[in-house]
Amino acid sequence: MDHENKDLDLASLVDKVVREHGATPDSVIPILSEINRTLGYIPAGTLPEIRRRIQIPQEGVFLADSHVYSAASFYQMFSLKPLGRHVIRFCESAPCHVEGGRQVIEALQKELGLQPGETSQDQKWSLLTTSCLGVCSVGPVFLVDDDIFGNVTPERVPEILARYE
Amino acid sequence: MKVIRSMVLVSVDETSLARGAQDVFRAFLDEIEKFGLSDQIAVTTILDPGVHGDTPLVIVYPDSAVYAPVTVADVHTIVEEHLYKGNIVPSLLAMMHELVPEIGWMRGRRGALPVQKRIVLERVGVVNPESIEDYILYDGYQALAKALTHMKPAEVISQVEKSGLQGRGGAGFPTGRKWSFVANTPGFPKYVICNADESEPGTFKDRLVLEGDPFSIIEAMTIAGYAINAHEGYIYIRGEYPLAYKRIENAVHQAEAHGLLGDHLFGTDFSFHIHPHAGAGAYICGEETALIESLEGKRGMPRARPPYPTTYGLFGKPTVVNNVETLANIPPILRNGAVWYREIGSPKSTGTKVYTILGNVNFTGAIEVPMGITIREVIDIYGKGMKNGKKLKLVQSGGSSGSIAPASLQDVPMDFDSFRNAGVSLGSGALLVCNEDTCVVDLARVILRFFRNESCGKCTPCRIGTLQLYEIVSRIAEGQGTLADLDAMVRISEAMSEVSNCGLGQTAPTALLDILKYFRAEVETHIVDHVCPTGVCTALKHSLVSAPVE
Repeated sequence: MDHENKDLDLASLVDKVVREHGATPDSVIPILSEINRTLGYIPAGTLPEIRRRIQIPQEGVFLADSHVYSAASFYQMFSLKPLGRHVIRFCESAPCHVEGGRQVIEALQKELGLQPGETSQDQKWSLLTTSCLGVCSVGPVFLVDDDIFGNVTPERVPEILARYE
Repeated sequence: MKVIRSMVLVSVDETSLARGAQDVFRAFLDEIEKFGLSDQIAVTTILDPGVHGDTPLVIVYPDSAVYAPVTVADVHTIVEEHLYKGNIVPSLLAMMHELVPEIGWMRGRRGALPVQKRIVLERVGVVNPESIEDYILYDGYQALAKALTHMKPAEVISQVEKSGLQGRGGAGFPTGRKWSFVANTPGFPKYVICNADESEPGTFKDRLVLEGDPFSIIEAMTIAGYAINAHEGYIYIRGEYPLAYKRIENAVHQAEAHGLLGDHLFGTDFSFHIHPHAGAGAYICGEETALIESLEGKRGMPRARPPYPTTYGLFGKPTVVNNVETLANIPPILRNGAVWYREIGSPKSTGTKVYTILGNVNFTGAIEVPMGITIREVIDIYGKGMKNGKKLKLVQSGGSSGSIAPASLQDVPMDFDSFRNAGVSLGSGALLVCNEDTCVVDLARVILRFFRNESCGKCTPCRIGTLQLYEIVSRIAEGQGTLADLDAMVRISEAMSEVSNCGLGQTAPTALLDILKYFRAEVETHIVDHVCPTGVCTALKHSLVSAPVE
């Protein structure tokens, strides 16, 4: 890949996102969210780009790279490394667990050959766990990208995964 | 003039949408058009009141026929038979046992179930959440109009104080008192924040309000702004609730377009603006000072308190932070008066409470009932009993940070005072019902894993304590525990409760301590006999008797 071009693209993406959300320190999280949503992760190179656009020393606004990094590394919905084409987020909180969640995560691990936190070699799948998604009345629940699947049984797992290219 | 003779409602909550509710909705429009009924029949969307198994759900009024689950293939039959010919289609009706009580009564069971008292969820599932006209038709904006044109800010606060409303986020702090603190604190600007970072496992009551009645929150925040003299409000919605965010954003736009949000409301000098804000996934941001840090663009790490947000909140200014459910109570209180509100619930815990019922019961979903109902009543009446006739073992009340109540406590009235006296927290209103097949060690392990993951890492007792407790419980589940571990866990837990900086660390060991209090023998069996009586911990033997001789 042409690295210079890639850097240029990132810079123009950051430009656009910062313009949209405002170049103020309290916009850091909406900015990071949008980058994460657009690219599927937050490339390390975008962090100093964000900082540079928000910091206005003339107006007394100072921001460290570490400030942007600390926000980017704190929130669960942000990823600092690329993920697979499809991301599974399995709810591992108590209500889903009580309703049979353990059997479902075991089925997911077996079907994908992945442990939680791993991405498949072909970059198709990432298997992540998440805290409660707030759809507990149809537990066990997992997300594939933005699609919610509820009342999942181990038997349904292969059929659900087969829907994704 | 157009006369609508029939109304078709299609559920559009998250699960329905995931199962193709949009296509069903479109199919209804198409089919109704084909039969030439478009000017007699209205099709609209509802948020499913209390989620259940069979969605999408379609209700046809005035017959109150509930069809579920409805697929695109069923739409033609429903339109032809029911809407065109007037015959309900029995084969497509929802199974009674799949319906939540709020809808269940429609199927010829009116009066058979105790009526829920709906204040917070009054409009959820009834109005179109994306239409301000609908909201106004159902008493919307009466409260704000009354406050702005007939009441002084101090009178608004005194109404809320007199109503006895207590915060519904878990802590139960009197709402009116919080407002008066901020109103009486010098400083400007002041802020109103709606805490919609509902992350407590098992809790989704706020999501139902945000998705199903978003305008009520906009109206309530505007009233709060008037009461405390604030002109800016923020709604912090957790990142995992994209539909709620969309609905709130839409509600803000519509309210602005109708002049019900913005400058010079109702021709007065009062102006108020609301900014929706999406979180990015962090349980800790439900803690109000962490939420404020996060709004300021930082890590969601709680501040040291005091000073409290009422004096030093967002951008260092006096700030009111209220939970979604708390705010949803405000317009009805102003509309109907504090006296009306005080008559609902118990004298020291007024009003209703929205509970989410989960786990091993026949019905799971949300209910809203007066304060003071018992766990037994909730399970038997609204949960429709234990699933598969199993026995109740325990209930966790208030999410993962809540306490464990053994079956023996199921007749204690659920209100702030009675629960406190019984050593149980009412918390967020989640009720996780567990049957006899639940292993307490396994449950503790899942709960502690959650806190290990969610601890923000700022203060030592929580960061290290959650990890240690999780590791010890895991050891016990794998047959490597010792009896000395039990004492160590109690010591660590007590230290965490006493010196953690915020509620997360203070309440993380609550469930574990309750388990050691009520189910110590079961935990000891794991350690001493290497036996897991329920057979859940697979590293251990199921029972002493059936164990093979080694």
